[in-house]
Amino acid sequence: MSDSAPSGESKTRMPHFDIKIMGPAIALVLLCILGYVLNPAFVSEGNITNLLTRSSFIGIIAVGATFVITAGGIDLSVGSMAAVIAGIMIIVMNSAVGTFGTGVTTVLIGAGCSVILGLGAGWINGFLTTKGKIEAFIVTLGTMGIYRSLVTYFADGGTLSLDFAIRGTYRPIYYDSFAGLPVPVWMFILVSAVGWILLNRTAFGRYCMAIGSNEAVAKYSAINVDRIKTMTYVIQGLCVSLATIIYVPRLGSASSSTGVLWELEAIAAVIIGGTVLKGGYGRVGGTILGALILTTIGNILNFTDLISNYLNGTMQGLIIIIAVWLQRGEWGRSKRIKKAE
Amino acid sequence: MKFVKALGALAVIGAMSLSGAAYAQEKIKIGVSYPTPTHAWAAGMNWHAEAAAERLEALYPDIDIILVNSPDPSAQASALEDLVSVNQIDALVILPFESEPLTDPVLNVKKSGAFITVVDRGLSQPGIEDIYVAGNNPELGRVSAEYMKTRLKSGDNIVILRGIPTVIDTERFDAFMAEIEGSGINVLDHKHANWNRDDGFEVMQDFLSRFPDIDAVWAQDDDIAIGVVAALKQAGRDGDGMFVVGGAGMKETIKGIMDGETLIPIDVLYPPAMLATAMDVTVAKFKSNGPVAGRYILGATVITKENAESFYFPDSPF
Repeated sequence: MSDSAPSGESKTRMPHFDIKIMGPAIALVLLCILGYVLNPAFVSEGNITNLLTRSSFIGIIAVGATFVITAGGIDLSVGSMAAVIAGIMIIVMNSAVGTFGTGVTTVLIGAGCSVILGLGAGWINGFLTTKGKIEAFIVTLGTMGIYRSLVTYFADGGTLSLDFAIRGTYRPIYYDSFAGLPVPVWMFILVSAVGWILLNRTAFGRYCMAIGSNEAVAKYSAINVDRIKTMTYVIQGLCVSLATIIYVPRLGSASSSTGVLWELEAIAAVIIGGTVLKGGYGRVGGTILGALILTTIGNILNFTDLISNYLNGTMQGLIIIIAVWLQRGEWGRSKRIKKAE
Repeated sequence: MKFVKALGALAVIGAMSLSGAAYAQEKIKIGVSYPTPTHAWAAGMNWHAEAAAERLEALYPDIDIILVNSPDPSAQASALEDLVSVNQIDALVILPFESEPLTDPVLNVKKSGAFITVVDRGLSQPGIEDIYVAGNNPELGRVSAEYMKTRLKSGDNIVILRGIPTVIDTERFDAFMAEIEGSGINVLDHKHANWNRDDGFEVMQDFLSRFPDIDAVWAQDDDIAIGVVAALKQAGRDGDGMFVVGGAGMKETIKGIMDGETLIPIDVLYPPAMLATAMDVTVAKFKSNGPVAGRYILGATVITKENAESFYFPDSPF
């Protein structure tokens, strides 16, 4: 199976000098230095905590996206899926208050409902791509529109708000810290660790890479391609539901503007991290750095008034391209070959 | 063959219903066209328009109001054609999706003889509309700055969270800055929070890390203000007379003002009921003894504890 990912093989042999592996880390360090130079308050404890907490939404979703993309798929529906799950969670919890009170039970019902919806939504995407034989881009473009309009419908065009009575119980999930780190960051760490093991240390992970590099060969190698591919979408759905569970207590609301463009941010985080968009090679560690880079860019732009507000998109675009260029550029490759000699 | 027969049958039914419509011509038909609501303010507008249609039809049995919302500019242009050809409207109330692409379609409706009321977004050619009803964006900025000046003194610091980069946002921002100028109040920085709670939360978190001394926040919009308040509470900087000024007239914000909330003490109205107001004015054209024409610019009313009750609509989604 490892033969199908030769580039991955060569990387693991000399991790210390490989610019491809180090690219995202270098980009993140450079960004942090830039942030510090622009404003020393950038490295204050409060800001670092904010940054990590904020990264966890996109980060958790992007860990799921790493599996989908590694196996040669794509999921455009994650942002809308997060919005509709958040909306349904709020509706369910609000109506559960009457029966189960404002305690932990209601929050657990909400969280359970989120997980079920996430798994289900992911399975639908997976089923339609594999058994339905529709391209993943089209399936998830379709579900993206469906989920987005559903949340608008549930909210009657407005905003769904969590009952104030439950907010007190649920609030700590976003705002409280455990051993110095906010709960969402712990969730991010946990998801990343499980994701890393799953992709790098299990047969399932190797199957994902095999399918991504050559689906036909994987099929002839007796891999149940449809099942593995569907599983990647289910994992993606689960990640979305976990991200939603920590998102809802932040502001206690969901509307049609919730999670807009999260799909593109998640995909960008995955690609910045070194995973190949056409599949076959994936890196969970890189994805985490990618998510941190994306959030840091936004954070730094808020810390300075040197750049016109209207150019925020330009800065983000430039930094994303540079971060990917750091690991893909020819200059990196020639250097590496020289070192190999 | 069957298909052709069915078509023929349809044509006959169609002709009959058309002639039926001709008999009922004494009814005054008013078409109301606006974008499909995709955010909370627009959902509130939709709610007010539906309520107004019900109220006006109950009040005047000979008035027939047809509400149509469209998801994009070209769908709205088609909806206008249908209103003329199918419904044969006597008057059109329109909140255009965009000015440019809808100017010609509205002109065509006018050529059919209908009375035209344009709401909020002006057309790109003058003189098409008989009535223009709109909110006042520069005034919203100016009034907010005026309030800031009453609460703050020279040397105090404020931050601004702006909306989506559009003309609306620029008009509000420029008017605010013009009014604040010369007061000695420092505007530390302004960033776009896109009329969105999440962005409001994140931008405010960063402002709080960056500036140790902030005395007030102009959030321009009630959704942004909700994110701002969450960030202030998280950082424990919601005390010391800190206050936030939003705008638009969200029901939760107005409820808070009624209850004496100090963190968001006032709100500046950008009336979600403006489409309902336009419908009222248009009906008045047919029912009032006085002439009805011209430009109705709705005020950016400051909502305080004293007057909040009259702007509070608990059933509206906004």
